[in-house]
Amino acid sequence: MKTVMTLDVNGEPREVLAEGRDTLLELLRDRLGLTGTKEGCSNGNCGSCTVLLDGEPVCACLVLAAEVNGARVTTIEGIATGNDLHPVQAELIRHGGTQCGFCTPGIVLSAVALLARNPRPTDGDIRHAIAGNLCRCTGYDKIVEAVAAAAQGGAP
Amino acid sequence: MHDLRYDGPTTIEQAVALLAQGSARALAGGTDLVPQLREGRRQADRVVDLKRIAALVAIERLANGGWRIGAAASVTRLARHAELAAAHPGLIEAASLIGSLQIQNRATLGGNVCNAAPSADAVPLLIVLAAQAEIAGPAGRRIVAIESIPRSPGQSVLAPGEIVVALLLPPSPARHAARYLRMTPRREMDIAVAGAGACLTLDAAGVITHARIALASVAPTPIRAPSAEASLIGQRPSLGLFTAAGLAAAHDAKPISDTRGSADYRRELVAVLTRRALARCAFDLGIPLP
Repeated sequence: MKTVMTLDVNGEPREVLAEGRDTLLELLRDRLGLTGTKEGCSNGNCGSCTVLLDGEPVCACLVLAAEVNGARVTTIEGIATGNDLHPVQAELIRHGGTQCGFCTPGIVLSAVALLARNPRPTDGDIRHAIAGNLCRCTGYDKIVEAVAAAAQGGAP
Repeated sequence: MHDLRYDGPTTIEQAVALLAQGSARALAGGTDLVPQLREGRRQADRVVDLKRIAALVAIERLANGGWRIGAAASVTRLARHAELAAAHPGLIEAASLIGSLQIQNRATLGGNVCNAAPSADAVPLLIVLAAQAEIAGPAGRRIVAIESIPRSPGQSVLAPGEIVVALLLPPSPARHAARYLRMTPRREMDIAVAGAGACLTLDAAGVITHARIALASVAPTPIRAPSAEASLIGQRPSLGLFTAAGLAAAHDAKPISDTRGSADYRRELVAVLTRRALARCAFDLGIPLP
């Protein structure tokens, strides 16, 4: 059964039809065309589909679309300002903290949420914040360095 | 997965009425239920979201000094509740072992209890705290000890249409501490090979007057370790006492061998984790261990 949902996606009010069984991940990718959010495991283990729901990171595959009626969702498409990358994105590029890139949107959102609550995280804080984001390419060190650099305002 | 109807009631009475219709399931954080439904491991034609009910997400201190924690309040919400975290650091520490931050932003204590996993990280701690579940259903309200709720892996004792609305924590005595430790091969995002929760209450003379031990992943449900508990009462905390209690707990455990570990390994883990959880309690209480 389709129902009309109203939600805020990346700062814009959106109205969209959703099936009861749809997840937030399907709502974003298939109904809103926001394919920057990736589908990995679809059961909450890999974090590829991490988005911010009312400012907090969640796995979009574990949230039903109907649950977010009236909520505020931020996806990777809402992180840069125009052509200006968010410092986390810029530092991931500068530090080579991305390889195949599949986990990167989720990592960016976890890191952005971390820095919003904790502007001066330790390496341990950063590793804890991205523990739910699996990367099978880089080995995490460059990702942690990039997030730390973003926290320090872009210093190396 | 077939079509699924979603309802987001705002009162407990509405939720109970909706759950009585068809094959409905209560939805708290959804971190277990959503993939179970989508992978066909559970069947339902309706989900009833509990998070829009104010009482289900409230956290309040009771007049008797205990706590009432809404069954659908997220782990993150609990961890950020400064007064609760100060009163029950062991509970917050245990709940914060569940999944990743993404999971903790959704996952709930009610779900951790009702999902009835043998490895549920918050459940041994709730058991040693003698926490109870307030249950609402078609036949009214009832109160059940947390340790009685899981029946078998994935199955709870809740009757059709019943929901846990809140976890009730009794007031803690003056000299009281509770901790849960688990063993996972990885530091994060893993399921306990074994876990042990412990609580201790001391009298003014430093003698243990009350102790509970609860174990995870060593039986079809989280279980108490009665002989370990009995070995502690009337004694003074010491490493020797805690080592013996750990061995008793290993004897109380009923583990199986599976891909995560052998039964023998799990018993060894229970002995060590129980000893260490008791030592953590003693540390919290400022007791040097002879």
